[in-house]
Amino acid sequence: MADTFLSIKDVSKSFGPVQVVKNFNLDIDKGEFVSFLGPSGCGKTTMLRMVAGFEEPTSGTIMIGDQDVTHLKPNQRNIGMVFQAYALFPNLTVKQNIGFGLKVAGAPKAEIDERVQEMLEIIKLPQFGDRYPFQLSGGQQQRIALARAIAVKPQVLLLDEPLSALDAKIRVSLRDEIRSIQRKLGITTIFVTHDQEEALSMSDRIVVMHDGKAEQIGTPFDIYNHPATRFAANFVGTLNVLDARVADPKKGLVLIGDDKVEVGSEINLSAHAKDSVVALALRPEAVSVGKRKGRDSSVTGTIADVHFLGSVIRIRAKVAGANLLVDTFNDPDQAPPRRGDKVALSFAAKDLLLLND
Amino acid sequence: MKNSRIWAWLTMLAGATYFFLPLIATLEFSLRMRRGEYSLDAYRVVLADPRFRDTFSYSVVVAVFTILLGVLLVVPTAYWIRLKLPKMRPVVEFITLLPLIIPAIVIVFGYIRMYGSNSVLPFLSNQRGTDLLLIIGYATLALPYMYRAVDTGLRTIDVRTLTEAAQILGAGWATIIGRIILPNVLIAVLSGAFLTFAIVIGEFTMAALLNAPAFGPYLQLMGANRAYEPAALAVISFAITWGCMSLIQYLSRYAPKSATTPQH
Repeated sequence: MADTFLSIKDVSKSFGPVQVVKNFNLDIDKGEFVSFLGPSGCGKTTMLRMVAGFEEPTSGTIMIGDQDVTHLKPNQRNIGMVFQAYALFPNLTVKQNIGFGLKVAGAPKAEIDERVQEMLEIIKLPQFGDRYPFQLSGGQQQRIALARAIAVKPQVLLLDEPLSALDAKIRVSLRDEIRSIQRKLGITTIFVTHDQEEALSMSDRIVVMHDGKAEQIGTPFDIYNHPATRFAANFVGTLNVLDARVADPKKGLVLIGDDKVEVGSEINLSAHAKDSVVALALRPEAVSVGKRKGRDSSVTGTIADVHFLGSVIRIRAKVAGANLLVDTFNDPDQAPPRRGDKVALSFAAKDLLLLND
Repeated sequence: MKNSRIWAWLTMLAGATYFFLPLIATLEFSLRMRRGEYSLDAYRVVLADPRFRDTFSYSVVVAVFTILLGVLLVVPTAYWIRLKLPKMRPVVEFITLLPLIIPAIVIVFGYIRMYGSNSVLPFLSNQRGTDLLLIIGYATLALPYMYRAVDTGLRTIDVRTLTEAAQILGAGWATIIGRIILPNVLIAVLSGAFLTFAIVIGEFTMAALLNAPAFGPYLQLMGANRAYEPAALAVISFAITWGCMSLIQYLSRYAPKSATTPQH
C-alpha cells in the first residue's frame, strides 16, 4: 500500500448546537478514489467542504501531504472540485472556464492554451472550446467542470455529487469516464454521493456515513458483503433482516420462526443470552427457492409476490411474519414459483450477517 | 381570438396616445418659435447657449461618477449580503429604500448642516468638495434603483457556487467580483446605471440647494423665463433618455446567458 496522502484526524464540525460531523478519521493514499456514501444530512458534504476549505472544522486536523491545511483558505489548498450544479462561469467560454485556474495562477498564455487543449482532448470535447456553457448539455457541462478542476493539476480532486443532476444514461457513462480519467491521472479523489451503485462501482474504498459518523470504511466488496452495522447493511444494497431467537449460544443455533438454523462459525453468539433476539441479515442473491447444493441452511416461507425483471426474478416470501426477498436468475427451463406456494428458502450459513445497531 | 386581438390593439393604441400625445404636442410647440412656420430655432438657441453645454456636460460628468460610486458601493454589498449575510437582506433593502421615503430636500439640508465650512468634513468649503457631496447625494438618491437592479441580477446566478468554484481555482475576492460576479450582472448594473443617469440629469433639489451648475436648475431657469426653449429642452431630454434605453437593449444582446438551462 502507498503512503497516506490525505489525512483527516479527529475532525468534528458543529453548526451552533448541532454537531454534523463527529470525530471523523480517515487516511487516503495517493491516487486512491474514496467515496463518502450516506443519506441526506449525514455530514458527507460538510466533511468534503472542510477538506475544500469552505468550512473550518470545530476540532481536528486535515493534512495534505506534509502540510496542515486545516485553517488554509480554499484558494491556498490547490484542490480541484466539481460541484453538483456544474458551476461553470456563464460569462466565459469553455476554454476560458478550463483555463481560469491557470490564468489566476499567472501561467503564461501559451501554457494555458496547451493545457486547455489537452484537457479538452481528455474529456473528448475538443471542438467545444469556443462555446458558452448555456450552449452545452448537462453532461457536457459537467465534463467541462471536471476538466476545469483537473487543469490546475490539483493535489486532491473533490467531487460533490457531480452526477446527481444528470439523467440515468449519462450518469452511467460519465461515472465510467470520471473513473478512467482519475486512474489515468492518478489524482487522489474524494467522491460524495448518496447513490450506492455509484459508490460501489467507482470507488477503491467507501466510507459509509450516518449521523455525522463514519459507520464503516472498506472496499466496495467488504462493505457489501460484510456490512459492520445494521445501517451500513441496509443502506448499501438490498438486505433482508430477520429477527432470530437464540436457541443455543455456544453451538450457534437460532430459531427463525419454527426453523432451527445454524449461524456459521463467523458469527459468535456467545455474548447473547439464550432466548434473546438477534438481527440476522441475508442478501437477496444469497437465498435460493428450494434446496440448492452449497446452501445447506433453510427456512420455510410462503411466496407473496413474484416480479419478473428480465434476466432476474425477484421473489418476495413471508418468513416468520417478515419479508424475505430472493433474487434468482431467470432459467427458461424452470418456471418461477407461484403466489401462495409454500417453499424452502435455502442459504449458506456463512452468508448470514449478524447486525450490530 | 379575433375579438381579443382587436381589444389588444385598442388598448395599445390608447396607451400609445396617452404617452405620445403630450410628447407630440411638446415637439410641435418647440418647432413654432418662428411665427407662421415650423423651424428648429428653439433647438438652435438652446444648443448655442453656453449654459446648456456647461450644465449638461457638468451633469453628465456627475452622473458618470455617481454611477461609478453606485457600482462600487452596491455590487460588492449586494453580493456580500447574498453570499454571507442573507438574513440581513430585509434590513439592507429597507435602508436602500430610505431615499424614497426621506425627501431630497431633507437630505440636502442635512448635508448643508453637516458638511458646512465650519464642520469637521467641510465638503461645502470649495467647489470640488461640493461636487463630491453632490455625487454622494445622487448615489444615495439612486440607491433604491441601483440596489434592486443589481440584486435582481444576482438572483439569476448561483452566487454561492460560482464563488466557491472560483475560490477553489485560486481566485481572491477582487478576481471573483471583477471577473465572475460583475460580468454576470452587467446588464442589471447597466439598468441601474441608466436609471441613475436619468435621475442625475433631471435632478433639481440637491443641485439647486448646493448651488451646483447642473442641468436640473438650468432647465428650471429656462422654464421660468422662456416659452419655446423649455419645450425643445424637454424633447432633447427625451431623446437622451431613449438613446440610453436603446443602448441598454443593444448591450443586453451581449449579456452572458445563464448556464443553468442547458440546450438539451
